[in-house]
Amino acid sequence: MNLEFSPEELAFQQEVRTFIEENYPADLRGKQDEGDELTKEDFLSWHRILHKKGWVAPAWPVEYGGTGWTSTQRFIFSEEIARADCIRLMPFGLTMVGPVIYTFGSPEQKAKFLPRILSGEDWWCQGYSEPGAGSDLANLRTKAVRDGDHYVINGQKTWTTMAQHADWGFFLCRTNSDAKAQEGISFILVDMKSPGIEVRPIITLGGEHEVNEVWLEDVRVPVENRVYEENKGWTCAKFLLAHERTGIAAIAGSKRGVERIKEIARTESDGDQSLIENPFFRRKIAELEMDLTALEFTELRIIAGEAAGKGPGAEASMLKIKGSEIQQRIMELGLEAVGHYGAPYFRGFGEGDNEHPIGPDYAHRMAPTYFNGRKTTIYGGSNEIQRNIIAKMVLGL
Amino acid sequence: MDFTYTETQDMLRDTLARFLADTYSFDQRQKMIASEAGRDPGIWKALATELGILSAPFAEGHGGMDGSHLENAIMMEELGKVIAIEPYIQTVVIGGGALKAVGGAVADAVIPQIIGGEAIIAFAYAEPQGRYDLANLRTTAKKDGAGYVLNGHKAVVYAAPWATHLLVTARTGGSQREAAGVSLFLVDANAPGITRRDYPTVDGFRASEVYFENCAVPADALLGGEGAALPLVELIVDQACVALGAEAAGVTAKLHEGTLDYSKQRQQFGQPIGRFQVLQHRMADMFIEVEQIKSMTLMGTLKLDLPADERKAAISLAKAKVSRSAKFVGQNAVQTHGGIGITQEYMIGHYFKRATIMENQFGSADHHLSRFEALTLKA
Repeated sequence: MNLEFSPEELAFQQEVRTFIEENYPADLRGKQDEGDELTKEDFLSWHRILHKKGWVAPAWPVEYGGTGWTSTQRFIFSEEIARADCIRLMPFGLTMVGPVIYTFGSPEQKAKFLPRILSGEDWWCQGYSEPGAGSDLANLRTKAVRDGDHYVINGQKTWTTMAQHADWGFFLCRTNSDAKAQEGISFILVDMKSPGIEVRPIITLGGEHEVNEVWLEDVRVPVENRVYEENKGWTCAKFLLAHERTGIAAIAGSKRGVERIKEIARTESDGDQSLIENPFFRRKIAELEMDLTALEFTELRIIAGEAAGKGPGAEASMLKIKGSEIQQRIMELGLEAVGHYGAPYFRGFGEGDNEHPIGPDYAHRMAPTYFNGRKTTIYGGSNEIQRNIIAKMVLGL
Repeated sequence: MDFTYTETQDMLRDTLARFLADTYSFDQRQKMIASEAGRDPGIWKALATELGILSAPFAEGHGGMDGSHLENAIMMEELGKVIAIEPYIQTVVIGGGALKAVGGAVADAVIPQIIGGEAIIAFAYAEPQGRYDLANLRTTAKKDGAGYVLNGHKAVVYAAPWATHLLVTARTGGSQREAAGVSLFLVDANAPGITRRDYPTVDGFRASEVYFENCAVPADALLGGEGAALPLVELIVDQACVALGAEAAGVTAKLHEGTLDYSKQRQQFGQPIGRFQVLQHRMADMFIEVEQIKSMTLMGTLKLDLPADERKAAISLAKAKVSRSAKFVGQNAVQTHGGIGITQEYMIGHYFKRATIMENQFGSADHHLSRFEALTLKA
């Protein structure tokens, strides 16, 4: 047992680092530094670069376009991505529907969709939540009714992230209203350009247009777009929720976040010293590092198969709870760090606008980020639901 | 990066677990504590000779199994599961750790005695005024001919009533809190000039206030350089912190397990209390805290051999987390049990008592967070 990287692993680390240095888009870096809102093209530019290199989906099986890396290599890769402050790739294709398709999909579905997820040609969104089905996801009402070789879908989805850009969506739909809630659901892939689909923006507290309502009225979808068996969609849904055991904790990103807080706290003054010397503020940083380190080594133990809780989803639940809590604490501390300058609101600043924001450059995104970040303990199964999962799967309660 | 245990390490864990299952039931433990000596010396002897596992963390040259920190962690986790009152941290981790670090004739002489179960070492480092500052020493060691003469009062020295040797920190120079001038001595526990006031501790051990009054020790009692032992003392205390974390992993796993079992049996309002969501979530959180203790202990174990400042920062984070999590698990275990959790007759409260003392042993969460901050959060 040891923590050292082998010479091969160190060489790999250097290779990743060099690749990022030489290939990360300069204009994207500039926008990030300015705190500008990123466009679809911004997200896709980095996606395409990684795809060209063959690194866009490290965890996928090699036969479908994965890298065949060891878990240590994947760990190194995500560390380097975070260290260089690269943007996070959209997860809906790469870490959500992609694995569902290569695990449960037909040969035709694999051939049709997987290459386009990898290339970024298709932008995906996730049709799970509904106005009446949040934590109680299985209570969903969107209906898919068979009509010859089509399903006709009617209903409403909500909190659909980035649906305004989506080419395709994966939807949980009720295909049997008489069965138990979980047993009458199917997992259906829907072309977002189909007639009858309307995407309406929901503006969140930070002012962002990130999530949407998706209305479906008599949307016709070929039966061949159903993944896995009819009425067995819950199996895919659960698989998807438990699948990303490692990414879900967002550890590498949080490490970068803590470093940024430290940089800011060294810049901000507090009396005749810097904020990082304030005993209360530095204690909060230390506690964050403590909990983040505990989370990191919990993830490493899970990767190595050393952690308890072998039940499906249990490990992911543990990582999700702690990971999201830590992300929120970082955002909270960021807002606290900038003091007065958390308040000014700069919605329009960015493209075509040369006015300099008020206060330090790092300040104006703190409040929107904090507000937006309240989502992390709510989405992906709220943290309360995650505790239910642990109680059921691990504790047998 | 590799997180797998060797076969030998797995065997070590199994061997000890099986032995403790036979010898260390809750009732057996309570009998040992109630006995005059406060322990069953046969257990230690059996660990040394019958099982031969006190050799685990020592080099082959000393008759050991060539293991190290990981072996100590494995042993301590199993001992923690039965809240064992064996002097493993004091003798093997701290005493053994110091001897391994200094090497030489004294190591060649004493390590085989540790392995054989003949030597029991107690660590006399704390002082009434010193809190967790390892350099805050009033105990003095004055040069006297070839040897030294010790004077001072050492506080709450765990395992001192059982010890053959005392590992003592004392000043050979410098002012009361100065880093320079700290020296470390390995002293015969029965040397003239040493008196003890022995007592039981709330977590089932025996300890002493130890008084040195013109206690003459030979020159070779000095471990490491005269006046330059603070880095060595910090090293062995860090090793102790990690071992304590491993013990906490065992103690809190049992606290959690016991609470879970109890919640499935105890009926209130016509159903097992484990059906109530408020308790389910509490036990889910306890589960997560236990896992984090294991994670931080593993982290600490794997970072013990880093350069001093990196090591200290890592171990302080680990110990602070272990302290916080042990408190959470212990308090919630008692709360979930209700009244029976605060009785002497029931097992869970004894695990809680050990968990509580561990919080501050070798430094509280506050102490360790401060040390981490001083090392890493510079202006």
